[in-house]
Amino acid sequence: MPASHPYLQELEAESIHVLREAAAAFRKPVILYSIGKDSSVLLHLALKAFYPAKPPFAVLHVDTTWKFHDMIAFRDRRMKELGLDFHVHVNHEGLGRGVSPVSHGAAVHTDVMKTEALKQALELHGFDAAIGGARRDEEASRAKERVFSLRSATHRWDPRGQRPELWRLYNGRLNPGESIRVFPLSNWTELDIWTYIERENIPVVPLYFAARRTVVERGGTLIMIDDDRLPLYPKEVPQQRWVRFRTLGCYPLTGAIESYADTLPEIIAELAGSRTSERQGRMIDHGAGGSMERKKHEGYF
Amino acid sequence: MGLTLAPASAGEDMLRFITCGSVDDGKSTLIGRLLFDAKVVPEDHLTALTRDGRHYRAFGDMPDLALLVDGLQAEREQGITIDVGYRFFSTARRRFIIADTPGHEQYTRNMATGASTADLAVILVDATKGLLRQTYRHSAIVALMGIQHVVLAVNKMDLVDYQEARFAEIVAAYATMAERLGLAAVTAIPLSALLGDNVIRASAAMPWYGGPTLLNHLETVSARPREGRPFRLAVQWINHDGAGFRGYAGTVLGGSVRPGDEIVVLPSGLRGHVERIVTYEGDLDRAVAGQAVTLTLVEAIDVARGDLIADANRPPHMADQFAAHLVWMHEAPMLPGRPYLMRLGTTTLTATVSELKHQLDISTGTQEAAKQLAINEIGFANLALDRPMPFDTYGENRETGSFVLIDRSSNATVGAGMIRFPLRRAANLSWHKFTVDKAARSAIKGHRPAVLWFTGLSGSGKSTIADNVEKRLLALGRHTYTLDGDNVRHGLNRDLGFTDADRVENIRRVIETAHLIADAGLIVLVSFISPFRAERRLARERLKADQFMEIFVDTPLAECERRDPKGLYRKARSGKLKNFTGIDSTYEPPGDPDIHIRTPEMTVEQEVDIIIDALRERGVFD
Ligand SMILES: Nc1nc2c(ncn2[C@@H]2O[C@H](COP(=O)(O)OP(=O)(O)O)[C@@H](O)[C@H]2O)c(=O)[nH]1
Repeated sequence: MPASHPYLQELEAESIHVLREAAAAFRKPVILYSIGKDSSVLLHLALKAFYPAKPPFAVLHVDTTWKFHDMIAFRDRRMKELGLDFHVHVNHEGLGRGVSPVSHGAAVHTDVMKTEALKQALELHGFDAAIGGARRDEEASRAKERVFSLRSATHRWDPRGQRPELWRLYNGRLNPGESIRVFPLSNWTELDIWTYIERENIPVVPLYFAARRTVVERGGTLIMIDDDRLPLYPKEVPQQRWVRFRTLGCYPLTGAIESYADTLPEIIAELAGSRTSERQGRMIDHGAGGSMERKKHEGYF
Repeated sequence: MGLTLAPASAGEDMLRFITCGSVDDGKSTLIGRLLFDAKVVPEDHLTALTRDGRHYRAFGDMPDLALLVDGLQAEREQGITIDVGYRFFSTARRRFIIADTPGHEQYTRNMATGASTADLAVILVDATKGLLRQTYRHSAIVALMGIQHVVLAVNKMDLVDYQEARFAEIVAAYATMAERLGLAAVTAIPLSALLGDNVIRASAAMPWYGGPTLLNHLETVSARPREGRPFRLAVQWINHDGAGFRGYAGTVLGGSVRPGDEIVVLPSGLRGHVERIVTYEGDLDRAVAGQAVTLTLVEAIDVARGDLIADANRPPHMADQFAAHLVWMHEAPMLPGRPYLMRLGTTTLTATVSELKHQLDISTGTQEAAKQLAINEIGFANLALDRPMPFDTYGENRETGSFVLIDRSSNATVGAGMIRFPLRRAANLSWHKFTVDKAARSAIKGHRPAVLWFTGLSGSGKSTIADNVEKRLLALGRHTYTLDGDNVRHGLNRDLGFTDADRVENIRRVIETAHLIADAGLIVLVSFISPFRAERRLARERLKADQFMEIFVDTPLAECERRDPKGLYRKARSGKLKNFTGIDSTYEPPGDPDIHIRTPEMTVEQEVDIIIDALRERGVFD
């Protein structure tokens, strides 16, 4: 990496340190790959941490079946290129019950197809540590989360019972049934992520770049019409707009932002001047204050 | 003030700082102000705040900046921050990480946690109140945790009419405190977090102050440890690529390294030379502290995770004892002599506090004698490791001079330590107190010894129960041994038959053997019919000091005979076996056993639970 960014180099080194600790401390660690920009950075760091060997981690994508089609295409291409031990998990029980964001709403869909699905996958494969790309700047309750964050046997997070974490000494010891979420990107911000993606030339899903896309305005949010599963309400008219995404999830739950930024420098410039948070486009965070914290208690990543 | 928020420009580095203050000194407001004025607070967060603010705290028509910082819902409801939170912002010159820790008295552990990675501490003082007991406390923790750079932020200057005299008075009082604590670099800044004076904007209300604003100072202070320290790298991971590559991955924790440098691998003491410094970007010709790299060595020497690779000419200390400051972080108190797991560098080992020298009253600086440390207490202690390990003192290197202690059964992180100096066996007189006796042997095993004496008819289930108890104990990490007819009769007591005299001698030897094993620190399970009260009384008397428990495995004779697992009852009934207990020799049931197990009423699982609970109750382990 160019020496001109000492702070990025320091963040990178810290993340690599955490990834190596995760590899050494656990029996069967897995990288949770959500296909987004943070996951892309996480994978890139894992490649660096264990170079010239391959990362000693399995990679898991929890597929809600409502991800953008571009995301899935990107995922399949990247996994083929990288040749990692890759797993996709779908909650077939939920799918069988017909759970979807359209019929059941954001909360139920997320709970069943994401939170439940993740627990299923961890138990199915016996993963004892899940490495994720969450950052402390994303949301207030995350600011207090540890880098090695303990989950009970029922995958719950106990914010008051967290282990103190000092220096670089991470405690990865588990009692039967417990698992740990490892967050190597804890200290990165959204801006750091993009600056790093640019410096390192990391491939990301094209949806992050502005383009003319078919969207519909719903409750003040621009929802992209990614396939014919999204029923339109009477007065909704699909329109072509220049949009891009700051965060990627299930397409009916992810708002686009109007933007012409179709290069990395433009995205970075746009972000530096931006006064809204990246999660604003996410339906799950709104509602009663502290709703993300509640989700986390329940085991949402 | 030209604050540019454009991302990184050349030369932008990182500063980690911690903010400390008593409740209501304005710490959250100050951080909120920094983030707000640095324009890193997203508008939707601000809207959420005003909404929340109405719920929890009224604050006119401006958002309550403190709420930006108070993360968890529970904390908001109480109106205090309860844990360590991390915030980020950057300017054109620097990227900042703020560790926000609460000021309440009982949260020493949180402050120590936040301070462990901080380069600088901002200590808040309320100008209307001046220095408080907590100010001393916070400064003492800052000093203890090795933070050299302190900003004394004198807040709420607006409430004292921005008077220079008040500021000067507080600064002078603090200078005395700082000197006493050995805090060398203190910068005092008068400010109003609420109104923004001297936070980012230089204050027009305090023309008498010519120093930097808080942000100015944070952007320019050079607070990183000096270069020129000896090279250290703790091996995290052995990198094999399957094609003959063998490298040692780790972060440089001190100094720098170049190919060709002579190194020593510790604790083995093997010497070698650095061949390559491998990274994804290609080989480096130098790696410095903070960089994550992979080293290869010229010589094929044995290196494992947990090893420390160090400058061969300036090696770290090697010892199995050292003196350290301990910050206790758990509800269960620190007990000298109890074994804990220690994370030191990338190794995990067993360590005990061999002597607690004193407890430090952090509010006054006085040292007091203590037998244990409770949560949030700080002590100075000698620690004994299970083997010699490499380390530096905390003053020499924060990364290789620090450790955490982990409870062996709950796996909770219970304490943190800063190594002050190594102890040599000969030099350490107090070690003589720690003679190798039963207590010492038992301490290293993590439990006290005990003798579980199972008595009951043949076929009553003694061995089955003893066997399952032993399995459970093993699963709990306890150290055990079982004595039964099979392993004793065939060896030690091969010369004994079944005459009365031989029976007495048989039991005597079993008792003595149990005693020796208990003295070695183990939990002994004795599974013998032992039909006579007299012999069991003998056992109880001899083994009194060994936590003796008589367990009566009570199964009716008819049931034992029905089970007859070894066909012995049939043989006895047909006269092929003489002196068989229950048939032609009596069994005297215990009058008052410690545990009475009526097997027909219980599952083996329940029986095991009862016995394990009894051991816990008697404090054999917890
Ligand atoms: N007048 C004045 N009030 C302040 C200043 N800084 C903080 N406060 C007030 O002091 C109270 C406590 O502040 P807060 O930031 O919550 O304190 P914390 O407990 O240290 O986080 C709040 O009512 C703030 O508005 C200041 O510079 N001037």
